[in-house]
Amino acid sequence: MTDHDTAEEHLEDIPLDALPLDSWHRAKGARMVPFAGYEMPIQYEGIVAEHNWTRESAGLFDVSHMGQLLLSGPGLDAAVEAVLPIDLSTLKLGQQRYSLLLDEDGGVLDDLMVSRWPDALYLVVNGATKWDDMGTLREALPDDITLNYLDDRALLALQGPKAADALARHATGEYPLSALTFMKFGQFKLAGHDVTIARAGYTGEDGFEISLPADAAAEIADLLCAEPEVKPIGLGARDSLRLEAGLPLYGHDMSPETSPIEAGLIFGINKRRRTEGGFQGADRIIREIAEGTARKWVGLNIAGRLPAREGAEVFAGADHIGTVTSGGFSPTLGAPIAMAYVAAQHAAIGTALEVEVRGKRLAATVAPTPFVPHRYFRGS
Amino acid sequence: MRYYTDEHEWIDVEGDIATVGITEYAQGQLGDIVFVELPEVGALIEQGKDAAVVESVKAASDVYAPITGEITEVNPALEEDPALVNTSPEDGGWFFKMTIADEGELDSLMDEDGYKAFVEGL
Repeated sequence: MTDHDTAEEHLEDIPLDALPLDSWHRAKGARMVPFAGYEMPIQYEGIVAEHNWTRESAGLFDVSHMGQLLLSGPGLDAAVEAVLPIDLSTLKLGQQRYSLLLDEDGGVLDDLMVSRWPDALYLVVNGATKWDDMGTLREALPDDITLNYLDDRALLALQGPKAADALARHATGEYPLSALTFMKFGQFKLAGHDVTIARAGYTGEDGFEISLPADAAAEIADLLCAEPEVKPIGLGARDSLRLEAGLPLYGHDMSPETSPIEAGLIFGINKRRRTEGGFQGADRIIREIAEGTARKWVGLNIAGRLPAREGAEVFAGADHIGTVTSGGFSPTLGAPIAMAYVAAQHAAIGTALEVEVRGKRLAATVAPTPFVPHRYFRGS
Repeated sequence: MRYYTDEHEWIDVEGDIATVGITEYAQGQLGDIVFVELPEVGALIEQGKDAAVVESVKAASDVYAPITGEITEVNPALEEDPALVNTSPEDGGWFFKMTIADEGELDSLMDEDGYKAFVEGL
């Protein structure tokens, strides 16, 4: 019995760093696997149980492998707009926005969150790409822009319909936690520690991302997991939850070989920038917005129970028209789902296609995403 | 008599037919199983070659033939309820039955105590 090739296995020979909650995860019975250069918990009690718990209650995810960066200095907005396709004139203090780091050809180097702090921009980037991102940003930004890597901070995500109730019992600040709506953040105190809480996440559920001092991570993780609604959740369920939510995973669903327009991430290119340009990769992005792309990233519902995973080829009759970039079994739907790049003429919702798994053709239908509706808190 | 492989398959030998499945340890490692792809009845499979594929939520994993032989029967219950492999891996969650082409191949496998020691050493 042997697992098929996965990207993580190739990292086995690289020495792995321990994250602030390493021993906390082990004490909770986590199975640890190499991921993004760290040992990370793939699961505690089981992926399906953890997945369902997050959809019904609240799950605590350790995402401290992600890079937390702080940019500051003179002319900051103009300097950052010369790199990212973001409109910082509409990003107010306390707001967070999704953005993209593109290469000169418009390929995706990373996707990230940008938040307006007083006199600074706070970025959260992917763990596996953070070192490259820092190199790209350092090279692209003027010397008088300071880039701080906040490696003394941990990052926890509390996700699920009961996350707000559980967190509100502990978070104190200038205003109540309930004043935070989706993609807003604020300064709060948790167990006496200064933390930043953003109402955001990667599961499709209401939830929060909490940036906190690394040396307080275990205390705060214990505090939250002591709440009856909260259990720790591993990377396995994080992946199945984000797939159901139709959210892309960097390195799988997008890469330097894909453009954000074919990936349907045009919301990551802010409106003013679509006409003005002036960011890395703008020529291709503006052309693709005008002319469309040859392929599109779509959801697929797959008949039967056999999952089609990353790399599975997609066919329309005899024609090979695409490739699956993420796929698996949806615990919520009880059926296999996938995301794939397909030729644009086969991308309409409802189009009947086939996916090949180990020589077998499985019936697939282009599906609307998210597969499971988002339940973000946009205000009561 | 039950034998075990170092790939975490078990094999029960009764007369000239062997029943094959995966161990309790293996199902625990795989997690929630959502699909089992079984071989065709009548297929001739060599020892150590791919015989079945187990799909968990996380990944697909190969199951190898512990000995050489012809597939005589596959477990029909796994199509309806693949999670049987999680709940009853060493009984109701069996995968397939096969003939024993060469009894000598059984000598290379572990017995229960040997397998227990092998798993404890992992």
